[in-house]
Amino acid sequence: MIDYRIDRGSGVPAYVQIVEQTERALRMGTLRVGDKLPTAREVVAATAINPNTVLRAYRDMEQTGLVELRRGLGTFVTRSLARPGSEDDSPLRREITDWVARARAAGLERADVLALVTAALDAHGDEHDSGTPGDRDRKKEDA
Amino acid sequence: MTGPDASAALCATGLGFQYRRRGGRALRDCGFTVPSGRITALVGRNGAGKSTLLHLAGGLLRPGSGELRVLGTVPGTPEARARVALLTQDKPLYPRFTVADTLLMGEKLNSSWDRTTAERIVREGGIPLHVRVGELSPGRRTRVALALALGKRPELLLLDEPLADLDPVARSEIMAELMAEAAERAMNIVLSSHVLPELEETCDWVLVLRDGRVELSEDAEVLRESHALLTGPADQADTLAGQHTVVRSRTSGRQLTALIRQRGPLRGDWHVERPGLEDVLIGYLQAGEPGQPATTRVERTEAAA
Repeated sequence: MIDYRIDRGSGVPAYVQIVEQTERALRMGTLRVGDKLPTAREVVAATAINPNTVLRAYRDMEQTGLVELRRGLGTFVTRSLARPGSEDDSPLRREITDWVARARAAGLERADVLALVTAALDAHGDEHDSGTPGDRDRKKEDA
Repeated sequence: MTGPDASAALCATGLGFQYRRRGGRALRDCGFTVPSGRITALVGRNGAGKSTLLHLAGGLLRPGSGELRVLGTVPGTPEARARVALLTQDKPLYPRFTVADTLLMGEKLNSSWDRTTAERIVREGGIPLHVRVGELSPGRRTRVALALALGKRPELLLLDEPLADLDPVARSEIMAELMAEAAERAMNIVLSSHVLPELEETCDWVLVLRDGRVELSEDAEVLRESHALLTGPADQADTLAGQHTVVRSRTSGRQLTALIRQRGPLRGDWHVERPGLEDVLIGYLQAGEPGQPATTRVERTEAAA
């Protein structure tokens, strides 16, 4: 089961946050094929967002084939996004976890850590990256 | 002229109201429709007419002119009263009643009463049932009043600044409770609030009042998507105003910042940001102030419909 956290100050619409968090959980392998997503009531009771927002996020994910709405049963994961190397017990995960712990111990804030990672990615010139889901959505809005 | 929409949560045509003592018109010529299945934010500055509108919808006041329908019925009639619950700012409760008495009163006064929900809302606030309502903190009184309103299982819940006297934790708990109830039984909610960030992800319809008139009655997502926050050179201001509706703008030196409702593609050299609902609402609340363009007439599409 996944717990959604909605950041109201981020400027990212809540339905996008739900989609992103689901995709992240699928990449990390914390959500797997066959898992059930929380019901709209469960999500809104925990996050105090509009129920229609949750339904919209679920519908969006159904359209992209990530989940399936089974009438009367709930919403289930139908496709995984996990890639080799990103599982819980992979060496890459272990190293970044250690590294983040060191960064925090050195007094770096969340934003500093994110900035460092972004800078490292940029320096690496990740031209074959397909972009983050957030970018995709913003592009859609600008179009 | 559209007739009253029977399925709408709220529908007003030419609605006006005047308080005898205060003078001045609290509401004038209001025409709007709030579709059903929505959670509506009722927004406006102090004195804009929010409470008056909610009192009219709850049947506590009668329109001076025009008409208002709630769920297709006339407010205040037995049919409307059974389906609509109104929680006013003063939260009228009997201070000498205990919490248990108050809930019992709700049960006796309403033909359909959801005791489980009412008791759960009170219990989740950690409120002892034997205490007199008058001895409760304002936040707890709000919770009891809300339990009373939700216990009624209304199809339309009208809330006049329901969270104003709650602490931040209680605010988000109550809001979550409201959203969960809305999810579970497709309850319509109209809530007035000055706390705009709270409305951002909770409300999907927006009703903005200014000086007793309806400024906006629109889908929240449509509002967000049709508006843009612009920053650019001040000398483009006129071209901008010619192409789009400028809700609010400010010039400092050579730079112009503006909230616009986009009418077609943007021309010129602008830095564009998508506004949040809060940005849009603030823009409309500030528009019409001294030094701001008056967009009111253009925007009152609903009223003209």
